[in-house]
Amino acid sequence: MANGPRVTLDIALKRFPRLPVPLIEGLALEIAPSSVVALVGPSGVGKSSLLRLVAGIDTDFTGSILVDGLPAATAPPAGFVFQDSRLLPWLTARDNIRAVRPAITAAEATALLRQVDLETYADAFPRQLSGGMQRRVALARALAVNPDLLLLDEPFVSLDRALVTDLQRVFLSLFDRQHPTVLLVTHWPEDAAILADRAILLDGRPLRIVGDFQLEGKRGERSRAHIEQMTALISEHRTEATR
Amino acid sequence: MRAATQERQGHGIRWEIVSPALLLIVWQALAMLYPGRLFPTPIAVAQQMWTFSASGRLPLDMAKTLTRAAIAFFISMGIGSIIGVAMGRNRILDRLFSAWVIVGLNMPAIVIAIVLYIWLGLTEFALILAVVVNKVPLVITTIREGVRSFSADYDELGRAFRFPLLRRLRLIFWPQLVPYVLAAARTGLSLVWKIVLVFEVLGSDGGVGFRISELFQFFDIKGILAYTAAFILVVLVFEYGVLRPLERSVLKWRMDRA
Repeated sequence: MANGPRVTLDIALKRFPRLPVPLIEGLALEIAPSSVVALVGPSGVGKSSLLRLVAGIDTDFTGSILVDGLPAATAPPAGFVFQDSRLLPWLTARDNIRAVRPAITAAEATALLRQVDLETYADAFPRQLSGGMQRRVALARALAVNPDLLLLDEPFVSLDRALVTDLQRVFLSLFDRQHPTVLLVTHWPEDAAILADRAILLDGRPLRIVGDFQLEGKRGERSRAHIEQMTALISEHRTEATR
Repeated sequence: MRAATQERQGHGIRWEIVSPALLLIVWQALAMLYPGRLFPTPIAVAQQMWTFSASGRLPLDMAKTLTRAAIAFFISMGIGSIIGVAMGRNRILDRLFSAWVIVGLNMPAIVIAIVLYIWLGLTEFALILAVVVNKVPLVITTIREGVRSFSADYDELGRAFRFPLLRRLRLIFWPQLVPYVLAAARTGLSLVWKIVLVFEVLGSDGGVGFRISELFQFFDIKGILAYTAAFILVVLVFEYGVLRPLERSVLKWRMDRA
């Protein structure tokens, strides 16, 4: 059983050149090991940028981001799932997984595809897969890189509801089996209510935390009514915060 | 799905085979409609080609021209690709040398050949250099466009998963560049064939172009067409025997669409 790392964010300043207001200023956050934390906020607020800092893709900021005590940029790379699936179109599903970690064998890559119910599509090119399938391959690829720390950047964007439900089922089953630390960026409170243990509301420029909720009940076992209730709570709080 | 794709490809290949046959039929019909020494039929040209081949003249000239074209092609692809990648990645280099590229692209091929022949004499080296100088700007432009069109998203993917440089080159940059390399190779080859022939006419001691200029002195249109047809046959063999299979193999992911 894998155990997710602790992630500690203490960002003093992150600004983009030519923009008058910093993106982030004085943001501190502690993510408990093996917890699923949803970062909820409106589009364009800076959630994805924050995720890129945690992934170590963007190192141009002052402050620190530690993954189990190591700076994010030098810690083992996180399993990143981008908004678009971002599979390399010239590689098959299996080879996309092996591309990020050549040490794994073809059989191991196929086993990862089995975890997302895509074993039979191992030899398919991304263009031959539907949007939902591509996201699942992207998830399998993220697991190949680092099953302990997953960074999910709006993984359900531009998918229809049926595919979202299907993908959420895959996520829940994976979280349950592998116990990773997960940072899920979303602008839908419902995603948080279904998948997360904790929801952090982000808003404003500079980006600030406007709400922090421990979500009751075990994820995956929450009733529809419970999910709706938590969704309403988060949405309400978001509306109040932006007023 | 795969069966349908194969069926579509089968149809495409059949049409490609029909195409040259159709050209020959049109040629034969026109030659029969306007008979005369200056408009030979494809059959007469084929007979002439056979005679030249049997005498050993045609293969020898062809070998000379193809060797020149191949050397010029590989040198210009190599130099053009390196400069194209550098200019595509580095904005300062691009700005500094883009005027040179424009000059190179628009410089008449014949001027380059004449100047180089005057400077270096009627040598093999001057001929190949003239072809290279003509072709390199075209390769630079195509490869530079390819590098400019690299996806920033895949670049970010490489950084997110910490790809080492070699893996990044092999799995991210090279596959994005391949279509442009193939385009540069194809347009480049057609240019190289033509230029080599023109330069051989201008000054050389053999080769297809040289022989055509000789046949021109006698208005031997059958001989000229025999050489031209033989040359075109080689180009077609290269296109269908090398370039197309290569393209199908490296761009398979684009063709196998759902």
